[in-house]
Amino acid sequence: MAIPQELHRDVRTEEFLLNMGPQHPSTHGVLRVVVRTDGELVLEATPHVGYLHRCFEKCAENTTWKQVVPYTDRMDYLAAMCNNITYTLAVEKLMGWEKLIPRKTTIVRTLLFELQRIASHLMSIGTYGLDVGAITPFLHCFRERERLLEIFEEVSGQRLNYSYITPGGFQYPWPDAINRKIKGFCEYFEERITEYNDLLSYNGIFIERTKSIGVLSPQQARAYGCTGPMLRGSGIARDLRWDQPYLLYDELKKEGVFRVRYQGDKTPDPRDQMVDWSLGELGDCWSRYMVRAAELEQSRRIVLACLAKLDKLTDSEKEAGAGNIIKEADRAYTAPKGEEAYFKSENPRGELGYYVVSDGKPKAYRVKARAPSFNNLQVLTEISRGAMVADLIAIIGSIDIVLGEVDR
Amino acid sequence: MIPLLAEALNPNPAGPTGVLWLVQKLVGPDAFERWGGTLTLVGSLGILLLLVVPIVATLFPLFAIWLERKVSAHMQSRLGPMEVGWHGWLQTLADGIKLLGKEDIIPAGADKPLFILGPIITLAGVFVMLAVMPMGPHLIPADLNLGLFFLAAAGSIEVIGVMMAGWASNNKWSLFGTMRLATQLVSYEVPLGISFVTVTAMAGSLSMQEIVRQQHGWIWNWFIFRNPVMPLVFIIYFTASLAETKRAPFDLPEAESELVAGFHTEYSGMRFSIFFLAEYVAMYVVAAIAAVIFLGGWHTGIGPFDAWIQGASGGWGGEDPSLAMAVIANLVGMHVVFAKAWVLIFVQMWLRWTLPRIRLDQVMDLCLKFLLPASVVFFMVTIGWELLPFESWTSDIPFIKDHLQWRLPRFAVFLVYSCLVGYWFFWFKRTFQDPFKRSVKEKPWVISGVSTT
Repeated sequence: MAIPQELHRDVRTEEFLLNMGPQHPSTHGVLRVVVRTDGELVLEATPHVGYLHRCFEKCAENTTWKQVVPYTDRMDYLAAMCNNITYTLAVEKLMGWEKLIPRKTTIVRTLLFELQRIASHLMSIGTYGLDVGAITPFLHCFRERERLLEIFEEVSGQRLNYSYITPGGFQYPWPDAINRKIKGFCEYFEERITEYNDLLSYNGIFIERTKSIGVLSPQQARAYGCTGPMLRGSGIARDLRWDQPYLLYDELKKEGVFRVRYQGDKTPDPRDQMVDWSLGELGDCWSRYMVRAAELEQSRRIVLACLAKLDKLTDSEKEAGAGNIIKEADRAYTAPKGEEAYFKSENPRGELGYYVVSDGKPKAYRVKARAPSFNNLQVLTEISRGAMVADLIAIIGSIDIVLGEVDR
Repeated sequence: MIPLLAEALNPNPAGPTGVLWLVQKLVGPDAFERWGGTLTLVGSLGILLLLVVPIVATLFPLFAIWLERKVSAHMQSRLGPMEVGWHGWLQTLADGIKLLGKEDIIPAGADKPLFILGPIITLAGVFVMLAVMPMGPHLIPADLNLGLFFLAAAGSIEVIGVMMAGWASNNKWSLFGTMRLATQLVSYEVPLGISFVTVTAMAGSLSMQEIVRQQHGWIWNWFIFRNPVMPLVFIIYFTASLAETKRAPFDLPEAESELVAGFHTEYSGMRFSIFFLAEYVAMYVVAAIAAVIFLGGWHTGIGPFDAWIQGASGGWGGEDPSLAMAVIANLVGMHVVFAKAWVLIFVQMWLRWTLPRIRLDQVMDLCLKFLLPASVVFFMVTIGWELLPFESWTSDIPFIKDHLQWRLPRFAVFLVYSCLVGYWFFWFKRTFQDPFKRSVKEKPWVISGVSTT
């Protein structure tokens, strides 16, 4: 959107340099955006990052493989379980333990991955409502997230930074009694999704505020390396759970528990539109929001399928997957010198990748993280040009950044 | 100038009106002779009434803030304040004391006189509007014959105060908030004023008491049912009043997720709480105006009961009722106005905690492209309706001529709109329950013009 030249000719206007953040209510942490504005219009918004830099990669070179896990919690602190799992899978790939992991461990990891996705998206949707001025959906989302956090607390003893998944299995044995509680949550949660859609997704003002704002074309999304809901919101069907299945997703995909809609696909059942709809059409803020809203239902179904699989396990399988395959004494495990592995997974915010290199010692030679929020944030300047100041907040919210991951 | 002012303040040369009437009753020798022993009791009641307006105006925010917290809490499945007093009803007082104890900070770069003056003018502008707010048949501080005009004029003072505060803060966020505020409030004063004019055209007077008197009788005599477009005028007024009080979804000047705190970013302690106070008093004022000019003021809508209030309160009919009854009738009227205002305040809170905030260009679109033309059209329709020779049309029909007259069309309007509201509730419950259905039916993501970068 260009500023009409007549305006400059007739009225002398000045550009206004606005420093938004690092202490600002809606920059989702300590993001600093320097905004050049002309009245209410944003001419240029430049994100400045690094206020939460904690030297994750350097720290990881000085601790044993297992000791890195708590650091990964602090990266994307809203999806700590997903970070744990991704790092763990990268290390297991490096060590060559993939075949040793019991089936129950894999099922539980998949289940936790999706529960964490629900918790993360609830936070994202809630704060997005807050960004555009709707306060009530935020607290409704937190009400459900609270129940999830209670489940996580019962499993791992922690509410936010779990460090539950470690190379080889779990930190503590999986409590089988929790399965019923998770199932209860899933049943309760179905109605709540309806509530969010009534209250926020299809609210007229909300749609007015978010449609055709911050439009990210598929070409731009590809060029900037956007992933996750950012990419799918622009209409590109790329979901690692579908395209490069890991954990249990291959099986779930074949069973038809979830699917990723490709362009041109028909959805005969209107109820499935919601689930298969993790694909936007325009790449505007509303599409990105709706991708997340749809993934709530998608993840809920995956969790239910995982619970059904857990019930079908034999007693010996249950016994085998109860704890960790690594014994306490063998903690200083090593990989051969020069061995390297890269593993990526579909995090709630996009593709999270860990590149791990070993030099034969019981600790990493190098750990490199590819954080989705960092790559997604790059497009901010591009898509916020010509928007209004209120839209800029909506755009930052729709990118759904976690500064712990951007700065790491 | 002075005689004019005196005339404006006391439009009825035959005798004082409003509270003065009660005072005269109390202090006059006539009254003393007549009432003798009960004078002490009634006198204290009268003094209480005299104090009622300022006390209510000051205590109102205390209760309103508590209510807002409770309403928002229960909408968000929380409990809200529960610690200070029964269900936290003293929480506002505790917060007020805390705010009083805070350091009074004036930023170094601020324009000090304007910074101090800003909140004071804002509060004064809001409080002065209470001066012409009728609470009962005789409970009005000053029954100006320019009542509505006075309200519109005093309402604009608030804008000046807030703009002073925002500009004097010397803060970029405050400047943004002030800019938005000036744009929004000045624009929304136009549809607000036109809806005032529409009411004036029906009442034939700007005096608040006269406007209430015109709505005497059954519920369909209220101005909101006076003609088919009046309910829509009421909605226009209510929307514009939300914008005037800077309440959600029009809370752009202080949008906390965008502008930190908007125009009062630099204010803290008592100065901040004065802005807060002004906002809540303004909420009451706009709700009370709506209750008075659209919803019959202190009329309950039940014909015989209103007739009793009118008769017992004295003053109009020529008869001289007992003073005790007058006090009671006035108190009843006051509570009717309060009840109506509180319902509207609850709606304001309800909207605030349900709706997202709209954007500045959408605020202006709504005002200039929709509310303004609509209010002008409704004004025209109202004038046309008032000019209809309904009496001469019905002069041949004996029953209507004798008994119904203008009540017939008003009753029809009342009936039709009541049915519409009822249907809307029913339809709302049926359709909005299934978002899957809605997502298929409506396609909000299909838009006209995409502005790509």
